[in-house]
Amino acid sequence: MSAISNPMDHGHDHGHEPGLHHQYEDMAQQSETYIVGMWTFLVSEVMFFGALFLIYTLYRWNYQLDFYIAHEHLDVKLGAINTTVLLFSSFTMVMAVQSAQLKNRLKVMGYLAVTVLCACTFLVIKYFEYKSKFADHLYPGAGFADDAVKAFGNHALENGHVAVNMNHAQLFYGLYFGMTGLHALHIIVGIGVIISLIRLWFNRANTVIHDYVPTEMVGLYWHFVDLVWIFLFPLFYLMPLPR
Amino acid sequence: MSSPAITKGELKNQPQNEEVNYLNVEHTISSWLLTGDHKRIAMLYLVSASFFFFLGSIAAGLIRFELTSPAGVVLESETYNKIFSAHGIIMIFQFLVPAIPAILGNFLLPLMIGARDLAFPRLNLASWYMFMVGGALILIGMIGGGVDTGWTFYTPYSSMYSNTQVTLVLVGIFISGFSSITTGINFVATIHKMRAPGMTWFRLPLFVWAMYSTSLLMILGTPVVAITLLLVVFERLFKLPIFSPELGGDPVLFQHLFWFYSHPAVYIMILPAFGIISELIANFSRKRIFGYHFVAFSSIAIAGLGFLVWGHHMFISSQSMYESIVFSLISFLVAVPSAIKIFNWTTTMYKGNIRLQSPMIYAIGFLGIFTVGGLTGLFLGGTGTDVHLTATYFVVAHFHYVMVGGTLLGFLGGLHYWWPKMTGRLYNDGIAKVNAVIVFIGFNLTFFPQFILGWMGMPRRYHYYYFAPEFQAYHIMSTLGSSVLGFGLILPAFYLTMSLINGKKSGPNPWGAHGLEWETASPPPTSNFLETPIVLDEVYDFDPVSEHEQDMKDLDKWESTTDHQSFPTEDHH
Amino acid sequence: MQFNNFPLSPPRASNFAQEYDAIFYALVGLTAFFTLVVGVAVIFFAIRYKKGTRADRSRPMYENLFLELTWTIVPLVIGLVMFYFGTSLYVKMRTPPKNATEVFVIGKQWMWHVQHGNGVRENNTLHVPVGVPIKLTMISQDVLHAFYIPAFRVQEHVVPGRYTQLWFTPTEIGEYHLFCNMYCGTQHSEMGGKVVVMSQKEFASWLSEGGQSSAPLSMEQAGAKIYNKVGCNNCHGAEDTLRAPSLYGIYNKRRTFADGTSLIADEEYMRSSILRPYDHITSGYGQTMPIYEGQVTEEDVLNLVAYIKVLGTPTAPSPTSNVNRKSASATALGTNDATSLATNAVQANTDDPDASPTRRAGSPAVGAVAAEGRNR
Ligand code: HEA
Ligand code: HEA
Ligand code: HEC
Ligand code: CUA
Ligand SMILES: [Cu+2]
Repeated sequence: MSAISNPMDHGHDHGHEPGLHHQYEDMAQQSETYIVGMWTFLVSEVMFFGALFLIYTLYRWNYQLDFYIAHEHLDVKLGAINTTVLLFSSFTMVMAVQSAQLKNRLKVMGYLAVTVLCACTFLVIKYFEYKSKFADHLYPGAGFADDAVKAFGNHALENGHVAVNMNHAQLFYGLYFGMTGLHALHIIVGIGVIISLIRLWFNRANTVIHDYVPTEMVGLYWHFVDLVWIFLFPLFYLMPLPR
Repeated sequence: MSSPAITKGELKNQPQNEEVNYLNVEHTISSWLLTGDHKRIAMLYLVSASFFFFLGSIAAGLIRFELTSPAGVVLESETYNKIFSAHGIIMIFQFLVPAIPAILGNFLLPLMIGARDLAFPRLNLASWYMFMVGGALILIGMIGGGVDTGWTFYTPYSSMYSNTQVTLVLVGIFISGFSSITTGINFVATIHKMRAPGMTWFRLPLFVWAMYSTSLLMILGTPVVAITLLLVVFERLFKLPIFSPELGGDPVLFQHLFWFYSHPAVYIMILPAFGIISELIANFSRKRIFGYHFVAFSSIAIAGLGFLVWGHHMFISSQSMYESIVFSLISFLVAVPSAIKIFNWTTTMYKGNIRLQSPMIYAIGFLGIFTVGGLTGLFLGGTGTDVHLTATYFVVAHFHYVMVGGTLLGFLGGLHYWWPKMTGRLYNDGIAKVNAVIVFIGFNLTFFPQFILGWMGMPRRYHYYYFAPEFQAYHIMSTLGSSVLGFGLILPAFYLTMSLINGKKSGPNPWGAHGLEWETASPPPTSNFLETPIVLDEVYDFDPVSEHEQDMKDLDKWESTTDHQSFPTEDHH
Repeated sequence: MQFNNFPLSPPRASNFAQEYDAIFYALVGLTAFFTLVVGVAVIFFAIRYKKGTRADRSRPMYENLFLELTWTIVPLVIGLVMFYFGTSLYVKMRTPPKNATEVFVIGKQWMWHVQHGNGVRENNTLHVPVGVPIKLTMISQDVLHAFYIPAFRVQEHVVPGRYTQLWFTPTEIGEYHLFCNMYCGTQHSEMGGKVVVMSQKEFASWLSEGGQSSAPLSMEQAGAKIYNKVGCNNCHGAEDTLRAPSLYGIYNKRRTFADGTSLIADEEYMRSSILRPYDHITSGYGQTMPIYEGQVTEEDVLNLVAYIKVLGTPTAPSPTSNVNRKSASATALGTNDATSLATNAVQANTDDPDASPTRRAGSPAVGAVAAEGRNR
């Protein structure tokens, strides 16, 4: 293989385009690379959650009734509110990205701030949900069964016998905490990322104001986090009564 | 002979000041620890992964020593279990998975495609730190109590019964796993978007194709094992009932999730070696690789099919008979792309103009050993035959044939090949050649007897076998072999290090090889190329015929002189 | 030491061994063939086309579809043939014959516990008659184990929480290795023993003498005892009642469930019906049966299942009769706390005099071991 030098190349100094990193030829290449990188990352995230969804599916399939009874103790209303909050945050995120393309700095910051606000609301609601589960001792571990019977009340008892297998109910809550917890962790990371993005915009950093791609990438991430919740909500909160 | 184009490239890409390169631009420690330069990060990986390899090898030495006697020599059973676990965990997660991608891949990928660096240099550095933090946790766990689950961490033993440092080590592997994922992301983005002008997909060296398929596996597989190991941690800590049957979980589910990653992981280990072998065979046969497209696509095929065979580790695990049969069928299919590679490499040598220098000796050794290792994989891929052989030393022999005889030999070959590029120095090729032969012999002496052991029914992970003393003779053979092998693995550390001190300067292209990485200085300057190359020629653009004619002339000259010192004989600048 | 002793193959002692070895040696041949082809070609080329040799290098070839297809299709076909033979053997291994004699195996850290149908129990040893198909139904009390008899070419995992099965017909009288071949903790390498294949006559007398350990209760009898003790008889009687279906004669019958599906009432089904009755609700009934998971040990369940299988037949002990014979094994029938299983198992291992060859303290010297090996 042979090579000749590129006459259009300016050699070593690439500092003249603000926001361009040294390893890239031009802004177009940089943006495209970022986007490929981001999508690849999201694919790996899908695999990450995918394993959990697989486990959920398997056990739900096997222990339909137990999962149904256990799920009745989740608060659908709070879940629905949270879904709305997140959907709305996705909308503001879209607007933020669009404003970034239009280089409207104030709008970007405004929309991003609303997004962060929504994310925090989501976490606060989640906190109260978790808290009530903990109060009823609905987290896996020793003593789950006794307390869960109390929490489940009438649902758990039929003809005087315990009608739900506590191990399986425990499994349900294990998955509930595991999956929503991991999702919440992603929200927290998202909040951190969005806040630093706001700071960059605030400081008029080259990396963001000349190039909407970083903003768009944060947007992609946020939509992904949203999407995960769109799956979590029906799977955990909205279960049909098994036949 | 040398194509005129190379000369042109060299002229353009030689720094004016020969002395400035990525190694000596800066000397402070922080200039290494905070570097974004893929070449420096590769060196960091080289040093740290070698360290882990050294630890894993000491464990291997202890295993072999202990097994010379049916009732053990010095260790307690518990200690023995911790040692083979440490050996497997360190070798796989901290050495073999990162070895080729993170060391040679990191160093060469941008050079080979004509880029100034990887797409995300800081992510690259971060991935080294994750590797180190993960490795540190693993080591802390192993020193502070050890872990006795084997590298497979089967539940419920790992989640409910073992009272060793499983949690710490799993967290370490989890973190280290992210270094694999980020490396994969970095490579995919780089290969997609950072190729130099003219570097089309089918002009990519096969090593780059191998890196691409490897990255796909890392990105798709590693997250699954990460979450699975995390769930084991949760089950240990919070009694989260996922895998424990006492609490309603399914112990076999763990195996499915684990092998969903860990089978592809074996291809994470072998595909990069395949890539290296392609480079070595082409460059030392002075011939374009035979069936380039087939070799390139077989890597992708292996990566794809590799995700569909995990159940062949579970034929007797109580999974249903039909599952086993399907997994077995696909295991036979995945052998086909490997067969394609082997035969294409062999054919490449036909009518070549072969140089038998040390990297090529490693490559030839690889061809023989990997064929045996791969074909014995088919004994295990057949359901009926696996029933007797599974979890015996036959499996141990199989995977050392592919991992040590395959990947490690490939890695050594690649290291010898690109060492002059990485350091700018020549080592003593004579010693290196002898060493390659020592490794080959030692290797077969160590692991061939293990096939027979396994066939006779010696179970793996056995500390004692006093109830079956008929196994002893083979164990002793294996241990003898391992000391030969151990010698052969330690020796390169010496002569390669020596070359740094008194090795001759190598010049940009000591092998007269083709490929963009040879068109810049050795060691390369920080930005790899002074001017972005434009690629006009096809890959592996050798011309064995005219080169041969040149050789014939050289030969006549050479025979008439007394100085037969011949490294490097290849460049005719 | 046995340096002059390089055995090259394991004994062949079961119905599978012949076929297995044929496939195995065919694969060895194939491996040798391809390794030679590749090895010889590579070395030949390396010498023939070494730099400086005056070989013909004209018209080199870089691409050839015909060759590529050849070495795609040939390995594919060979692979499929190998797949066929391997699978047909595997299917045989996974389909026990109907008339097989049943033996039950429980694995625990770090011993094997074997029960023959008439209640004879043994540890770490399995006595079987030659020429009779044997079916092992196995379960673990703690972690994964694997029951492995190299001379028979059979092996299967022993899994907590579910039954697995293994079958074979011994063909040669003798003693063979029995290994645990799934890593299960500290003493994994000592969790083994031997399989003793006896002539049918010898086996019959061995069995009637109660084997090595005294066997006061047959499995059915032990099952009847638990059946009454934990109160199954409160609900399940000789006829279907409103309370519960009768269990008389349900073994191997098709049971239909409230959701319309149906299953054959085999051992696995009965086990799950006892431990998790709501997985399959028999049609006409509701969720009234208590969940026995965690209430009864796997050994209890094995005995209960054995008992239910004979319920309603003349050989069955009557459900309400008192079982008089005192037994050493009665203590083993108490319930076991799931979390302390591990420690129990260890104790059982050290307490049990039959738990050979688990000789932890002072493992024998090499010489002694080797001598023992020669005597075998
Ligand atoms: C680098 C790593 C590596 C590679 C490349 C492979 C390659 C293969 N492996 Fe291996 N394997 C391991 C590493 C690897 N393995 C490890 C680590 C384990 C043990 C894990 C543990 O339990 O700890 C294992 C275990 C293992 C098992 C489970 C054994 C058991 O526990 O019961 C099986 C079963 O199917 C298997 C099969 C295969 C097959 C079919 C291939 C194929 O990809 C091989 C294909 C190659 C060839 C076939 C050779 C070239 C072809 C020719 C020369 C042409 C002729 C070909 C034909 C006629 C078909 N492997
Ligand atoms: C990259 C992967 C890799 C590499 C390079 C090796 C290298 C070696 N391995 Fe490893 N091995 C594994 C991966 C690897 N192994 C895995 C994954 C397992 C499974 C673990 C599990 O079951 O969980 C395993 C298990 C395993 C076993 C089975 C243990 C058991 O089941 O009980 C054995 C036994 O012989 C063994 C031996 C060796 C030897 C001799 C080498 C040699 O190549 C090493 C050569 C180096 C030396 C010999 C060291 C240098 C010399 C000294 C330090 C001086 C002392 C030497 C002597 C006294 C001989 N390995
Ligand atoms: C409180 C009453 C009650 C007790 C006590 C009880 N069962 Fe049941 N059992 C039922 C009912 C009702 C059904 C049918 C519904 C179902 O399948 O769950 C049933 C079903 C079964 C079945 C499946 C039979 C079929 O028709 O398919 C088996 C086997 C069984 N029980 C065994 C036992 C054993 C063994 C015990 C004691 C350890 C026991 N039962 C104790 C009420 C009881
Ligand atoms: Cu039981 Cu290994
Ligand atoms: Cu595999």
